[in-house]
Amino acid sequence: MISMYQAGLLADVGILLLGALSFYVILATGQLSFGNAGFMAIGAYVASYLTVALHWPLSAGLIVGAVAAAIVGVIVGFPALRLKGIYLAMATLGFGEMVRSFFLVFAPMGGSGGYRGMPHVSLGYIWIWAGGILLVVLILERSRLWLEMRAVHDDETAAGLIGLDTTLTKVGAFGFGAAIAAIGGALFAHHYVYIEPGNFGFDRSIDFVLAVILGGSTVGAGSLVGAALLVLLPEWLRFLVDWRLAAFGALLILMLLTRRQGILDRPLLAKLTPRWSAA
Amino acid sequence: MLLQQLVNGLTLGAVYTLIALSFSLVMGILSILNLAIGELFMLGAYLGFTVIASALPLPLALVAGMAGSALMSTVIEKVAYEPLRDAPLITPMLSTLGFSIILQNVVTNVWGSDPVQLPTTLFDRRVPLGSVTIGVVQIIVIGAAVVLVAAVAVLVQKTPAGRALRAVAENREVARLLGVSIQRMTLFAFALSGALAGAAGVLISLHYAAITPYIGVDTGLKAIAVMVIGGVTEIWGALLAGPLIGIAEVLTVAYGGSQARDLIVYGLMILVLLLRPQGLLGRRGDIGQRV
Repeated sequence: MISMYQAGLLADVGILLLGALSFYVILATGQLSFGNAGFMAIGAYVASYLTVALHWPLSAGLIVGAVAAAIVGVIVGFPALRLKGIYLAMATLGFGEMVRSFFLVFAPMGGSGGYRGMPHVSLGYIWIWAGGILLVVLILERSRLWLEMRAVHDDETAAGLIGLDTTLTKVGAFGFGAAIAAIGGALFAHHYVYIEPGNFGFDRSIDFVLAVILGGSTVGAGSLVGAALLVLLPEWLRFLVDWRLAAFGALLILMLLTRRQGILDRPLLAKLTPRWSAA
Repeated sequence: MLLQQLVNGLTLGAVYTLIALSFSLVMGILSILNLAIGELFMLGAYLGFTVIASALPLPLALVAGMAGSALMSTVIEKVAYEPLRDAPLITPMLSTLGFSIILQNVVTNVWGSDPVQLPTTLFDRRVPLGSVTIGVVQIIVIGAAVVLVAAVAVLVQKTPAGRALRAVAENREVARLLGVSIQRMTLFAFALSGALAGAAGVLISLHYAAITPYIGVDTGLKAIAVMVIGGVTEIWGALLAGPLIGIAEVLTVAYGGSQARDLIVYGLMILVLLLRPQGLLGRRGDIGQRV
């Protein structure tokens, strides 16, 4: 039997895994999104409203939250087509901050005071969604669609010339990523049973980015490694008390310097899974 | 009342301008955001505070804040950027984020997480100016910011070092072929960027009643918006956009609700990115190949 403390950490890993995957699928088409906490906020607030005010079951609220975020994601995805690289990163950062500020002024759901009253969700339920979405992404990675996404990532012009619909691929990735982040947000809201706009700021968006880059940005399983690392590392450093965060920052830099492709990459993944690939 | 708010907005805007320039110096030649700039600004505020609190003259505080943050910025360049210069642009950005975590933690441990406050009797003299009064502090903040922006403009546009910097920003390869040391110019850009963030920090420690180790986070993000709105490669753009955002912010706080201000700032930033990516003052084609 695991303790409350361990269960809390595992829940955090599952929620962060969803956030990381939301960044990962958008990155797979070559787009940098620094505002995924905004999509997470939409999922959290929509699902919470449905379960608290309308007494919906959580699964229904979660799915509606994900659909709502996906629609917003597609709406964001179209103007995002005009921007590349760091400029897209800054625009999405601005989007995330706008969503956060919107919920700060949105009085019906508590504004800066936050929103509460959600039913608590079990660890198993969190991991059904986190594991399920991870599985979906891993299957997607073996599909033809993923090859098209990577083609858009590697050379958009060439991908367009061979007849791929680059607009559909990029906007679709935004919609799918937004839905994943929103599922994470709905689970976050029903795990902590209290949300406030400050939960969904820039630092949350950048956590998703960190998990993907540290874990390995070329394989979906890297998000799992990165999410686990980002949640557990600060816990392992607790013995440093006041200097815990400084040590965390230093280790972060060290990891980027020594293994810039992330912990998990294709060669390592192939080494770790000989039994399955040999079959 | 309105005029008074305008003066307050100008003061805040002056600080935004300096941090926006700090971002754009690094962004202009490397196309990355140095995510530690918010913390370099915060470090400058604490250094300036320490000097003023020990009853030393104000110019010395400015020098200490600028030098301290500039030095820290070069450390960041050497450790976090230089070894990763050929990695995807997201990687060096995250290593600068690592530094911002370290800086915030170190400052919290050294100065404490409670707000620190300058003695209010120090600079509370006010000068009447028509129907409004301007605090001496506000004059100092605005004046210092204008002088610093002008100094950077002269440095970048008229000196050999500035010409080399612009050459690197324009085209790295050609600049290298012409004998410009990319490494030295990158280090120079980080140092200058750090000095500006530090100066902004010292000025904010004068302007605000109290500072905390967390002031860098929000201000840093907002300065990114100011940089974009003014034009990433335009020095004078930041001088227009800083006060614009500062005044917009002060006015929404005074007449709207303080929470609505960020909606306006970031909404404006997104509009500029979509409709006029070169910024309000930028020329078309400036960043055409990068957007």
